[in-house]
Amino acid sequence: MLTPLEWEALHLSLKVAGVAVGVSLVPGIALAWVLARHTFPGKSLLDGLIHLPLVLPPVVVGYLLLLAFGRQGVIGQWLARFDIGLPFTWQGAALAGGVMAFPLMVRAIRLSLEAVDVRLEAAARTLGATRARVFVTITLPLALPGVLTGMMLSFARALSEFGATMTFASNIPGETRTLPLALYSVIQSPGREAAAARLCLISIAVAMLSLLVSEWLARRSRRRMEGRDV
Amino acid sequence: MFELDVTRVQGEFSLEVDLRLASRGVTALFGPSGSGKTTLLRLIAGLDRPDRGRIAIEGDVLCDTATRRFVPVHRRRLGIVFQEARLFPHYSVRGNLCYGMRDEDPAAVARISGLLGIDHLLTRMPNTLSGGEARRVAIGRALLSSPRLLLLDEPLTGLDGARKQELLEYLAALVRDIDIPVIFVSHDPQELLAVADDLVLLEKGRVLAHGALNDVLARPELMSRLGGFDISAMLSARCHRHDARRQLSELRLSDGQMLELPTLDVEPGQWLKIQVRARDVAIALEPVSGTSIRNTLKATITACQPLDDMASVTLVMLDAGQQTLRALISTASCEALGLAPGMTVQALIRAVSLARPAAAPALADQEVP
Repeated sequence: MLTPLEWEALHLSLKVAGVAVGVSLVPGIALAWVLARHTFPGKSLLDGLIHLPLVLPPVVVGYLLLLAFGRQGVIGQWLARFDIGLPFTWQGAALAGGVMAFPLMVRAIRLSLEAVDVRLEAAARTLGATRARVFVTITLPLALPGVLTGMMLSFARALSEFGATMTFASNIPGETRTLPLALYSVIQSPGREAAAARLCLISIAVAMLSLLVSEWLARRSRRRMEGRDV
Repeated sequence: MFELDVTRVQGEFSLEVDLRLASRGVTALFGPSGSGKTTLLRLIAGLDRPDRGRIAIEGDVLCDTATRRFVPVHRRRLGIVFQEARLFPHYSVRGNLCYGMRDEDPAAVARISGLLGIDHLLTRMPNTLSGGEARRVAIGRALLSSPRLLLLDEPLTGLDGARKQELLEYLAALVRDIDIPVIFVSHDPQELLAVADDLVLLEKGRVLAHGALNDVLARPELMSRLGGFDISAMLSARCHRHDARRQLSELRLSDGQMLELPTLDVEPGQWLKIQVRARDVAIALEPVSGTSIRNTLKATITACQPLDDMASVTLVMLDAGQQTLRALISTASCEALGLAPGMTVQALIRAVSLARPAAAPALADQEVP
């Protein structure tokens, strides 16, 4: 059904977006929790910093990543000691996608954490639960629909990432050529409208599918949180 | 003993409380909204810190600003039932009940849920419960965390009459069964009469009165705060015998005077607390005949006091066999009858609001055979 090249791009896209979401999930929940439940000096600054990728041109983000993780970059030099180089690798593409998708994830999780009734948490504490247990047994399960929404949004965003990936990880077939980059390459050369259309359709199908799956999951977990039968 | 000596300032409001509460029995924490009940509860729970003071239960210090000791909420082992049931919506009733238990103990769950009448709800989810059921689950959940103290914050608020009565009966049964002190926060005099042994009257962050329920109720100057027109008295009486034909139960006060009530579901010999509203008591100078009122007690007037907020009504305090009874009559008839402290009169009791089993009163020793 799909050509080997299309398979490769699809597989790479799913891998890159999946890793991006997986790696950013824990820091995303942690930051969302900090922003939802705490006030501290510099909170708006942190909030702004997290939202930056949402408003910056993706190319700028890619360039900044290159500066930080490149061979001369501060983090890049440190990583080089462990023989890790991120630019121009699929891990680099995942990093670019993850950074671009991060604000969407934090936003959705933060909103759902803010909606969790702190009085339930207080009740759990009076029943002998430590803060950690309250978070795991009360806060997180009640915020789960929002966490799932955040994961879906950031997955879709990482999947569609183009500018930052192009700048930071480049367009290497089999390594960083995800669906959007493959499409870009195809439309660069004339007479390949059919191939472009096919890649378009694949992108739409993947996006729709992830949307539907996450909606279903969120509805299911919301129903369980509200105590109705699943 | 539960020691509570705390100060906390919150904006305009300041709370200053110094109390020693009994290790057993129910202490009602009573006061209008804004009197500091919730603030005090949060300090006891450890959800807030006092500006100054000390909280200790049976010698175990929970909080002491002098030594900078502060035991966090989850290590205080206090059972707190909040105004809203606060059940965890994603746990079943059983899951909620077991949340605070260190080890699964099906026998304990069965015992407590039986006591609270929630054993048929264990597999249900909280949002399918009625208000009264949810409160009972919340109370059970607190009890199963094996607390050293049970704190109930207005557990009956927002329930309709029948549900309220039902929960009140469960509570009354429960507090007789458990061996830890109970603090019952309320702003409704009727509730506390039904369950309390001791009473703490709180107003504007200060303790206005603290003592045995009947002693505090006997103070005329506190009367308007304790429910004014709705004020009642609690009498101890013993079920003497049942009259099946007339469907009545015969009760005797400790001085041998008799009351008749619609049949009660208790064994003869069982002591009861009965609630008599002041407005259900009328006064006659001589024994009366030709009246529909069956219950008459001989009593001595100890005080007559017009109500603060309604001078046309006078509260008459009566002593019936060393128990306090109250009557609300019009000031005009009080004057017409020439009622004064020291007079012996007939108290006509139109109705008894509530009767519940209770321990024998201390007075029982002096009982007339």
